[in-house]
Amino acid sequence: MPASATRRYLPGSNVLETTFRTSDGTVRIVDLMSIPGERQFQPMREVLRVVEGVEGRVPVAFEIDPRPGYGRMAPRLEARAPKQWAWVWRNECLYLHSDVALQPLGDGLVGQRVLGGGDRLCSSLAYTKADIGVIAPLEAAAQQRVEDTLRWWQTWSSQARYQGQYREAVVRSALALKLLTYALSGAVVAAPTTSLPEAIGGDRNWDYRYCWLRDAALTMRAFTGLGYLDEARGFLDWLLHATRLTWPELRVLYDVYGRTEFEEEELAHWRGFRDSRPVRIGNAAQAQLQLDVYGAVCFAAREFVNATGALASDEARLLRGFGQSVCRQWQEPDHGIWEIRGEPRQYTFSKVMCWTALDVLVDLSKNGRLKLPSAARAARDALRGLIETRGYNRELGAYVAVLDGATIDASLLLIGCLGYADPADGRMRGTFSRVQERLARNGLLMRYEPGFDGFAAPEGAFGICSFWAIDNLARRGDVHEAHRAFQHALGFANDVGLLAEEIDPDTGALLGNFPQAYTHVGLINAALALEPQ
Amino acid sequence: MSVSELFARDLPQLLLWGLIATVAMTTILQGSQGLGLSRLSLPFLVGTFFTANRNRATVIGFIVYTIGGWGFAMLYFLFFAGIGVANWWLGALLGFLHGVFLLAAALPLLPYAHPRMASEHDGPGAGYILEPPGFFGLNYGRRTPLTTMLGQIVYGATLGGLCQLADVFVGAPG
Repeated sequence: MPASATRRYLPGSNVLETTFRTSDGTVRIVDLMSIPGERQFQPMREVLRVVEGVEGRVPVAFEIDPRPGYGRMAPRLEARAPKQWAWVWRNECLYLHSDVALQPLGDGLVGQRVLGGGDRLCSSLAYTKADIGVIAPLEAAAQQRVEDTLRWWQTWSSQARYQGQYREAVVRSALALKLLTYALSGAVVAAPTTSLPEAIGGDRNWDYRYCWLRDAALTMRAFTGLGYLDEARGFLDWLLHATRLTWPELRVLYDVYGRTEFEEEELAHWRGFRDSRPVRIGNAAQAQLQLDVYGAVCFAAREFVNATGALASDEARLLRGFGQSVCRQWQEPDHGIWEIRGEPRQYTFSKVMCWTALDVLVDLSKNGRLKLPSAARAARDALRGLIETRGYNRELGAYVAVLDGATIDASLLLIGCLGYADPADGRMRGTFSRVQERLARNGLLMRYEPGFDGFAAPEGAFGICSFWAIDNLARRGDVHEAHRAFQHALGFANDVGLLAEEIDPDTGALLGNFPQAYTHVGLINAALALEPQ
Repeated sequence: MSVSELFARDLPQLLLWGLIATVAMTTILQGSQGLGLSRLSLPFLVGTFFTANRNRATVIGFIVYTIGGWGFAMLYFLFFAGIGVANWWLGALLGFLHGVFLLAAALPLLPYAHPRMASEHDGPGAGYILEPPGFFGLNYGRRTPLTTMLGQIVYGATLGGLCQLADVFVGAPG
């Protein structure tokens, strides 16, 4: 039966409502991850779905067919009680409690109902690992969970400090960021998905279910800028304590617990999104050297200190260790912010972030918050000298991607966003212009020039880069142009206001893993930069 | 010396042995849960008899379960004293029988006695309800019977073995 569907998040929440309209009537579906109230025993994780007939009589088909372990596990389906089913594998259990009369079909369940106006069916899918499962109640108790969860989100989102004209988009981004935050550790994952392709049919398909330290500076700025200081505290705690296993050195990425041992693997039995192979799990980028992460972490710490005034002595000691690592390594080539595979290079942006790390430490040492590594000042000054001579191309009138090079890279816009240079300064204006000339397509920015990463397949415009440009425009006073560019970028969000890592500049289609924390972080920070100071 | 006199004389060490055996059994059961061999946590099940608060249930459960382990140890000692034999393999045999009873009778009966557990014949009402263990605790994982039996056997063997080492209850009057 032909049906049209519209979706929306209920205002100020992560409760999703989908309405299907057919010639026979209308059905509404509400999906949410329930938020536990007090510490009663509740499911470890629960997805609750309420299907409601709005008008007419609409036949609805129900189907569930779990494929745990990337489809490599064979879960055992067990009928536990009336309305209750369990899929069990290893020490994990998926427990379905549903109002729908379901029948087994293969390893899954199917069912059908005709829903009339006012009919309501609830299904609770609860996940448990290494523990006794908890069965969530249905009917009125399920409706209560919908209301409790909605209220929780609305209370949380109402606390966002931003009151500007883009509040709806900013709050949606904050809500997405909150969903990407691992509550148990404060870590923020880059995206909840793996291997959504950066070009349809291409091979740039990566696993983003990890935490990139690269994102730390701007993520912290987004949290503190919106006034979410609990999330900022949790994030800083994760940054400093989860990285203890590798301290005083930092890796490119960590999992939500701070682990770095995850091999990259290709799932040959998966077709990939629209036949985009390979599908990868794990991420080999963790083995790379990426020097900009030191600046990102130190910058994040200073953002937090500026917002709260708090820096514990052990945290200062950890930061000092990172400073010592920078003093030791800043002259090394690395793989840069974009984790480009192959031989390491002398990326200008990596040097800028090494400078940022040391500048933050010098700054924090001024009021006695930490003891500065002895070589820090000299290294910081040497870095600035290097960047201004070999990282700046006089012929181009711009900073360049690699020392002594002539290529342009959108990350150079961050030089203006993170405080190394004033966006209104001549060198930054020149850089901004060259970035626009070489990397702009349909008002969006590619992250670097074609072939720079050694991959033949094309990729889309990189979502956050457009917001960096807007940030530069706002900070240098081109507010009208910044608003125009911001509204243009917002137009690429999907029907519920979410953005992916990349955008196809020709079709506007979202590409890459989705939703992408970094893109939404960029959106929030650009909106904050547009606010009158 | 009568059984009661034996108990009175050796009570401190019997209590200590009961605690050691309980700790050994609990370590195996909780270790099995941590290693992903079973989802069963007996202390949690016991604790949720008293409270619906997950944190409190875990703490209360551990306290009550430990006291229960001590209590059962005294029953084992009574049995050893009664027949005048105490050694590790007899203890292990008792533990095995204890485990079979637990899995085949006690756990399946739990839904009918536990105030916060679903019965397999009806769904949950208004509140959150614990998943029932099923026959032999198999709902909590296929290895649950094995890990539970291992815990009970180690418990009994520890009690019998310690008595054997200290030469207690050997030839005691029935």
